[in-house]
Amino acid sequence: MIITCLAVAALISILATVGIVVALVAPSLEFFTEISPREFFTTTTWTPLFTPSAFGVLPLIVGTLSTTLWACVICLPLGLGTAIYLSEYARPRVRAAVKPTLEVLAGIPTVVLGYFALTFLTPLLRSLGWQVEIFNAFSAGIIIGILLLPTVASLSEDAMKAVPSSLREGSFGLGANRFQVATRVVVPAAVSGIAASFVLAISRAIGETTIVLIAAGQLPRMSLHPGDSVQTMTAFIAGTGAGDVPVGSIEYKTIFAVGITLFVITLVLNVFAIRMVRRFREVYE
Amino acid sequence: MNAAARTASTAAGATVRSSLAGHGHSSVTAKLFLGYLLFSTVVGLAALVTLLVTILQDGLPYLDSVLLFNAPSANPERAGARPAIVASIMIAAVLMATALPVAIGTAVYLEEFAQRDRWWIRLVELNIQNLAAVPSIIFGILGLAFVVRGLNLGPVLLTGALILGLQMLPTIIIATREALRAVPDSVRQGGMALGATRWQVVWREVIPAAIPGVATGSILGLSRAIGETAPLLMVGAATFVSFNPGLLTQYTVLPILIYQWIKLPQEAFQGLAAAAIIVLLVILVSMNGFAIWLRNRYERRW
Repeated sequence: MIITCLAVAALISILATVGIVVALVAPSLEFFTEISPREFFTTTTWTPLFTPSAFGVLPLIVGTLSTTLWACVICLPLGLGTAIYLSEYARPRVRAAVKPTLEVLAGIPTVVLGYFALTFLTPLLRSLGWQVEIFNAFSAGIIIGILLLPTVASLSEDAMKAVPSSLREGSFGLGANRFQVATRVVVPAAVSGIAASFVLAISRAIGETTIVLIAAGQLPRMSLHPGDSVQTMTAFIAGTGAGDVPVGSIEYKTIFAVGITLFVITLVLNVFAIRMVRRFREVYE
Repeated sequence: MNAAARTASTAAGATVRSSLAGHGHSSVTAKLFLGYLLFSTVVGLAALVTLLVTILQDGLPYLDSVLLFNAPSANPERAGARPAIVASIMIAAVLMATALPVAIGTAVYLEEFAQRDRWWIRLVELNIQNLAAVPSIIFGILGLAFVVRGLNLGPVLLTGALILGLQMLPTIIIATREALRAVPDSVRQGGMALGATRWQVVWREVIPAAIPGVATGSILGLSRAIGETAPLLMVGAATFVSFNPGLLTQYTVLPILIYQWIKLPQEAFQGLAAAAIIVLLVILVSMNGFAIWLRNRYERRW
C-alpha cells in the first residue's frame, strides 16, 4: 500500500515530462498549420507581434548563439582550468575552501547576475571605451559563463577524481612531472566526463533566461556582433509569455513553437551528456 | 585495462620517453600552465567578490524598514517589498508540503524498492536526469498551458508554487538518493535479520539515518526555487501586488519584484532592486547556513 504510494510519487516526474511534451506539441502543431516550417526555420525576419508579421526564427537562434558563444568562452576553458587545479594541484585545505565558495556562485539567483551584468559589467565596458549598446550579447554571455563556471569545474573535477590514482602513480614513477600527468594522463582519461560537462554547460547557456532578459535586450536581429542587443529564444518566450497575448492567437502559439525548438535542442544536448557521463562511470566502477 | 586508460598510459609512456630524450615540455611551459590554472580559479572567486561588493554598495543605502514593511509603489520613497517577501516565504512553505514529500517518496522508491533492471524504472531514472536539465522557462510554458487552459486556476500563488515544485523535483530526488545510498547495507541486513519487514527497515532505520543528507538536499532545492524568476514570469507573477498574498490570490515574489525594479528608468529603483537583492541573498544564505549546520550536527560517518 505504502509502496504503491511511493511508486505513484515516482510517476509524477514522468507526468511532468509528459505534461511538458503535451503542452508544447499541441499548440505548436496548430502554429505550423498556419505558418509553414519552411518559413519558420529559413527566413530571417522575426516580427510576430507587429504587422506585417514575419515568423523567421533564425534571428532568435543567432541571438541565442551569440550569448551562448560568450558564455562558453568563459566557462569552458576557465571551468576546466579550475577543475584541473582543484583535482591535480590544490592542497586538500585549499580545495576544501575554494570548492564550496565557487558553489555559492552557482547558487546565486540569476536575477542577481542579470542586475550585475546590466549595472556593473556593461558600464565597465563602456568606461573602457568599448561602445557596446546598453543591452548587449557580450555582457549577458560573460555573466552566464561566470554562472556556469562552477558547474563545469565541479563536473569535470568529478570525472578527473574518477581516474584511478594508479594511473597517476604509474606516470610519476616513469618520471613524468605534475604538468605532464595532468595534461597527458588525467585529462585524456577523463575526457568523456569533461566533454559531458561542456555539453551540459552549453545546454544550460542556451536555456538561460533571466540574465539575457535583463542584460541582452529584446531586439531580434541576425547579428553575432558582441556589442549588439539581441533577442534569444528564451528572452522571446519569457517576454511574450509575461505580456498579455490573447490565448489562441497566432502570437500565443508562437511562444510554443519557439519553446519546442528550444526544448528539442536542449533535449538532444542533455541526452548526449547523460550518455557520456554514463560511459565514464561504467569504465571505472 | 579499458581503452581510455590504455590510451592514457601509452600516452604517459610516450611523454616520459620524449621528455627524457630532451623533447619534452620545459619547466617554463609547466609554470605557465600552473599560472593559467590559478588564473582560472581566481576568476570565479573574484567575480563572486566583485558581485557581492557591487550589490552591497548599491543596495545598503536603500535597505531600511520601508523596504521591508511597505508595499510596492510607483514612488521610490515609499516602495517596499513586503508582499513579495511574504509570497516567497509562502511558496517555500507550499513546496515543503507538496514537492518535498513527492521527491523524497520517489527517491525512497527508486533506491529501496524498485527493481532496477526493469525498463520502466530505467525510463524513470533517465527521465529524472533529463528533467534536471530542462530549461526553467520550459516549465514556465508548462505552467502557461495549465494556468490558461487546463486547471483554469488563474495566475495565483498556488500554481506558481506547483510549477516551481515540479522544477525542483529532480534536484531533491537526486540529493535524497545519494543520502540513502550512503547508508550502508549492513544496516538494512541487520534489520532484516532481526525479522523486520523491508518497509520497517526503511522507515525505522534507513530514512532516519539519511535525514541530514535529505534535509541538506531539500534546502538547496528550496533555495533554488526561491531564487527562480523565469518560469514565474510566464504564469502571471509579474503583476502589481500591494497586498499580502493568499494561496489563491495574485502574487509577486522577490526575484520578480527585483526584475521589475531593474527595468524601471528611475535610478532610485536600481538602488531598491539592489537592496531587495540583499534581502533575497540574506534569506538564501540563512537557509544554506541552516543546511550546513544540519549536516555538520547530524551527519554520521559509517
